Amino acid sequence: MTRPDRPGDRRARRSRKGEELMVPRAEFESYYGRPIIKAPSWSARDIAGYFFLGGLAGAGSVLAAGAQLTGRTTLATGMKVSSLAAVSLSTAALVHDLGRPARFGNMLRVIKPTSPMSVGSWLLSGYGPAAGVAAVCAIGGRLPRAGAAATAAAGALGPAVATYTAVLAADTAVPAWHGAHRELPYLFAASATAAASGMALVLAPPGETAPVRCAAVLAAAADAAATRAAKRRLGMVAETYREGRAGRLLHGAELLLGAGAVTAALAARRSRAAAVAAGLALLAGSACTRFGVFAAGIASAEDPAYTVVPQRATKEPSGGPGPGPDPATARPDGRETPQSTD
Amino acid sequence: MTDSLLSGPEPDPAGDAGHTGAPPRVGFFTDTSVCIGCKACEVACKEWNALPEDGLTLTGMSYDNTAGLGASTWRHVAFIEQSTPHPPVPAPEGRTVLPLAGDADQSAGGDLRWLMSSDVCKHCTHAACLDVCPTGSLFRTEFGTVVVQEDICNGCGYCVPACPYGVIEQRPSDGRAFKCTLCYDRLGAGQEPACAKACPTESIQFGPLDELRERAALRVDQLHAAGVDRARLYGHDPADGVGGDGAFFLLLDEPEVYGLPPDPQVTTRDLPAMWKHAGAAALSLVGGFTLSFALPAVLRGRGRR
Repeated sequence: MTRPDRPGDRRARRSRKGEELMVPRAEFESYYGRPIIKAPSWSARDIAGYFFLGGLAGAGSVLAAGAQLTGRTTLATGMKVSSLAAVSLSTAALVHDLGRPARFGNMLRVIKPTSPMSVGSWLLSGYGPAAGVAAVCAIGGRLPRAGAAATAAAGALGPAVATYTAVLAADTAVPAWHGAHRELPYLFAASATAAASGMALVLAPPGETAPVRCAAVLAAAADAAATRAAKRRLGMVAETYREGRAGRLLHGAELLLGAGAVTAALAARRSRAAAVAAGLALLAGSACTRFGVFAAGIASAEDPAYTVVPQRATKEPSGGPGPGPDPATARPDGRETPQSTD
Repeated sequence: MTDSLLSGPEPDPAGDAGHTGAPPRVGFFTDTSVCIGCKACEVACKEWNALPEDGLTLTGMSYDNTAGLGASTWRHVAFIEQSTPHPPVPAPEGRTVLPLAGDADQSAGGDLRWLMSSDVCKHCTHAACLDVCPTGSLFRTEFGTVVVQEDICNGCGYCVPACPYGVIEQRPSDGRAFKCTLCYDRLGAGQEPACAKACPTESIQFGPLDELRERAALRVDQLHAAGVDRARLYGHDPADGVGGDGAFFLLLDEPEVYGLPPDPQVTTRDLPAMWKHAGAAALSLVGGFTLSFALPAVLRGRGRR
């Protein structure tokens, strides 16, 4: 049965700042308005939380390696401990989210390059121990050579840990994720950098955080640019990034990252309190980005419009008819056609 | 991992999966033009596969109270009520139409029509669920079908959003993912799947895929000749976004009317591009930090001079 695109008008009214949608919603048909694809049953706390923590850990290890190389010991130790804590929590979240947590070991049963989750499991099983050894050696002050090697290994694997999660999300039929598969890795890299910079500002004395303040500014700018690029790419699916829970979270991310970066750049050198505030804002902003992208994906999976309309557009670039001789655009037969209400 | 195995036509998925001397690929051709909405397929599937009850509610969606495919619903009959003048649908070649069914009131068309369609897992040539499964629980059988090994599945749930058709699902009470196996156990014993066996109108036809595609092409031609212009095959084309479906359909309207995606794509088609972008993003993360360490040092150096 065809049905009017009910959410359409609601959506137009709810659009942010009261602006009207410039492009009227395309007409589409659906089966009683039911979603076509199934949204993941992943819990936001576990999986969006993992996206955040994995980014914090991965980028933190790069920062720790840089700090160690440049003799910033407090910063290096702080980031190593933070990365170990983040990757431990990550693993716990991932196991907790499994339908059969006792079978988490099956994740390492095969190596499958076509499965980002398999690649990620192997990546984590290499990165986790390295981050652990790096942190333990830094705290204990023993085995400096092993500590340095582990720091280097974690620093080398960290960027992959921080960005592969974008591929994990994008390699699905979820329109808001797959449609942005080119931009999401950069967004996740930026968001991870923001989180690690934030943690560093909280943990390290101002004398050691000059590079961190610079990274925070770069990360906030890159996050905003990547989000913008993803929205531009997504076309009508970008609504899911602007509206509802995802819209609020991503708007919050923009504000928090901006405020954090500005505070870091202007005040964090002189005031420890300002540095901590900037760091917390950056951490919160990074988390908002991940939870926002996650929420946008769920919203895009739950509305058949985001599956049908873009697929129709690619299938019929000229807007012409489908396989049937009856043009989908004109329905002279007077059948119940969906009405675009905005 | 080559591109040809990730998307596009692939004549021998079982062979490419490592099966030697595999039997011909089998599948379903579901001719919805002869479906009478009896739900015998749903019942036969539930019974044969011992699927648990998954909801006894009334949905208000015509006669469809199953609502959709899921972990415990591997055949789902969709009911669509349309107020459309439409040409009568002729019976398939060689089928005797009993007087009652040939009643003038029913065959002459009219302002109301019911579309009924029995949906099922498509057993894609390029199955995204199988591609993304991290444990190897989902596998390609010697018959070219896609099956979950329940003793391996750890309920990661990755296959669920990967499926472009929304077929596979985790069973809440169990945690693992379940879907149609195309009655793998029956195939092994030389039997046809339970749904096809139970279908009283041969709307669900089981057999070697090549044969089914030929039969479907004849049937759609017959419908077009009879003036049923909107009849079309769905999922039959090896050049489509999933390399063609092992279970394909003859539909009487647009796919989305039946809750099917109009142009499904296997997302792993784009995986090489995604890995490249992730690599570039990882490098830019390192680059960003390198710049951040270098810049203050350079500035400080200048300041001293």
